[in-house]
Amino acid sequence: MSQAAETVDRPWLDADAQPFIKIRGMTKRFGDFTAVDNVDLDIYKGELFSLLGGSGCGKSTLLRMMAGFESPTAGTVHIDGTLMNEIPAYERPVNMMFQSYALFPHMTVAKNVAYGLVRDGLGKSEVTKRVDEMLDMVELGDFSKRKPHQLSGGQQQRVALARALVKRPKVLLLDEPLGALDKRLREQTQFELMNLQEELGVTFVVVTHDQEEAMTLSTRIAVMDQGKFMQIGTPTEIYETPDSRHVASFIGSTNIFQGFVVENKPDHVLVQSRRDDSLFYIDHGLDVQENAKVWVAIRPEKIRLSKTPPKKAGPNQLSGIVQDIGYLGRMSTYKVKLTNDKIVEITHPNQVRPKSGEHLADWEEKVYLSWEPTSAVVLTK
Amino acid sequence: MQKKRSTFLFSMLCFGLAFLYVPIFILIIYSFNYSKLVPIWGGWSTRWYTKLFESPEVWEAVMLSLKIAFVNACFATLLGSLAGLALVRFGRFKGRTLFSGMISAPLVMPEVITGLSLLLLFITLSQLIGWPSARGFTTITIAHITFSMAYVAVIIQSRLSGMDESLEDAALDLGAKPFRVLLDITLPILAPGMLAGWLLAFTLSLDDLVIASFVTGPGSNTLPILIYSRIRLGLRPDINALATIMIVTVAIGVLLAAWIMWRQDKQRQRDRKLAAGDSLKHDLDD
Repeated sequence: MSQAAETVDRPWLDADAQPFIKIRGMTKRFGDFTAVDNVDLDIYKGELFSLLGGSGCGKSTLLRMMAGFESPTAGTVHIDGTLMNEIPAYERPVNMMFQSYALFPHMTVAKNVAYGLVRDGLGKSEVTKRVDEMLDMVELGDFSKRKPHQLSGGQQQRVALARALVKRPKVLLLDEPLGALDKRLREQTQFELMNLQEELGVTFVVVTHDQEEAMTLSTRIAVMDQGKFMQIGTPTEIYETPDSRHVASFIGSTNIFQGFVVENKPDHVLVQSRRDDSLFYIDHGLDVQENAKVWVAIRPEKIRLSKTPPKKAGPNQLSGIVQDIGYLGRMSTYKVKLTNDKIVEITHPNQVRPKSGEHLADWEEKVYLSWEPTSAVVLTK
Repeated sequence: MQKKRSTFLFSMLCFGLAFLYVPIFILIIYSFNYSKLVPIWGGWSTRWYTKLFESPEVWEAVMLSLKIAFVNACFATLLGSLAGLALVRFGRFKGRTLFSGMISAPLVMPEVITGLSLLLLFITLSQLIGWPSARGFTTITIAHITFSMAYVAVIIQSRLSGMDESLEDAALDLGAKPFRVLLDITLPILAPGMLAGWLLAFTLSLDDLVIASFVTGPGSNTLPILIYSRIRLGLRPDINALATIMIVTVAIGVLLAAWIMWRQDKQRQRDRKLAAGDSLKHDLDD
């Protein structure tokens, strides 16, 4: 793939690309509490961008500032080149889908979807046409005469989506769009949402606390904590190369070992554990002093588990005793207690159907753990 | 053992209900008493009802009470709704705690004090600016508005705090200016609360004796004032007839309300079934 083609899909890599949403120095304080703390953010046209974080991390406040429901204490937000700070919510070219859906209970589905168009002063026939189009798109054409409480949760969610999209906003803001659906429906709706976004080419900004949801949906994710961005990157970057312990442990599960650098070469680092002498060999260089305190993070699925000791001793090897086994169906989780009492989590896909009660290793059994030099990441914060 | 306890509970229930309702039944029966002396039974008759309808005094009192109750309910609903909106939707404005305290003060203030203070106010005003020149309809209505708007404000407040705030945000987001949001979204959702407030204010006003008797003037008798002044001169059979009419009216109102609520409940159940049925079908189609 050529460089040009690559930056069409990933505009954030293109230095010349103009961000569609440009946030600079955005801060929001409620009394003494700083909800959003001086953040900068660029979101490009056509992205499906996720703000991911636990409750109270400031992600919703940031979204509400983009929508115009909260005014920032400091900072600016530009959408499509226009400064938005002084523009009230009802005049911004953005629409929002609310976590509670916020469907007007006293209006029918069709009236709900039409509301924004009527407020814009569109003619009756144009409104009807666009509402019908939109309802067909979310497969609710037959339900237009119903009231919101006569719909199931999934249908309500689609009405909310239709209502937010019918005005053809430049940006659609979604606050926990799938939070109120049950798991099965959520997974199905995730893909519907992605297809819809691709079809319409509207820029989506999603707020979510569900990391799986963020991973599936997004072109890029911003991980937030205490009003600041911890890391911004593609789902793969965030998962495979987190740049802090917080991100590593917030996204998926991970095993973190504390240690210090004993050898730092351009093509590899060698880290020694603080607890014992075990060595970690990682195949990327690092911008730190030798002896610096670092952390090594290894994902549970990247660790091999074996009942036989490795043929030759070396780095990236540990041994311990199986303390717990969790059978999850598609995979099993093993909790292995190392000789220094640290618990390491390993997941193993159940590729062949195990006989009842049979596992790769048994409780209290001695096992050996090993991984590739490419599998671990070194974190400095 | 189980049986014994339930007989006990049942007899307690009967006793309780009898305590509440037997007096009312006695009153209804005695309203059909022919005898002029209330405690002495003189055979069945409807003469007191006829007599009641022939008395212009009673009619005047009923009309005055209804007029006051109606005007009071309208103003109290308007002012109470605005106060409720201000308390729930306008955040922490300066003096909010004081405002909220003053709104709910009439709820706990003894009626005698409310009545007396309003009377003093009206007297002072009429001495200072010559208004109100006479006490009657206007003064009673004003007095009733002051306390019944507090009840409306409480109802509206609770209805508003139960309302999803993002509904208003959503309308704003879809391009409605704040005043349009109030008309299109907030008011229709508040409507049941406002209706309840209106009815409550209406009943409170119809019911009030103490405050009304403080601020009324000569010749302006509301129904409770009339009843009370007649009762003071001894039990009278025509008052029994009047009371019976009131009880029947209230009972019809209550039954009507119960029937409407029952129908709404049925409708809700149908809606739930409708929604559940669709999602089931959707699931099976996949």
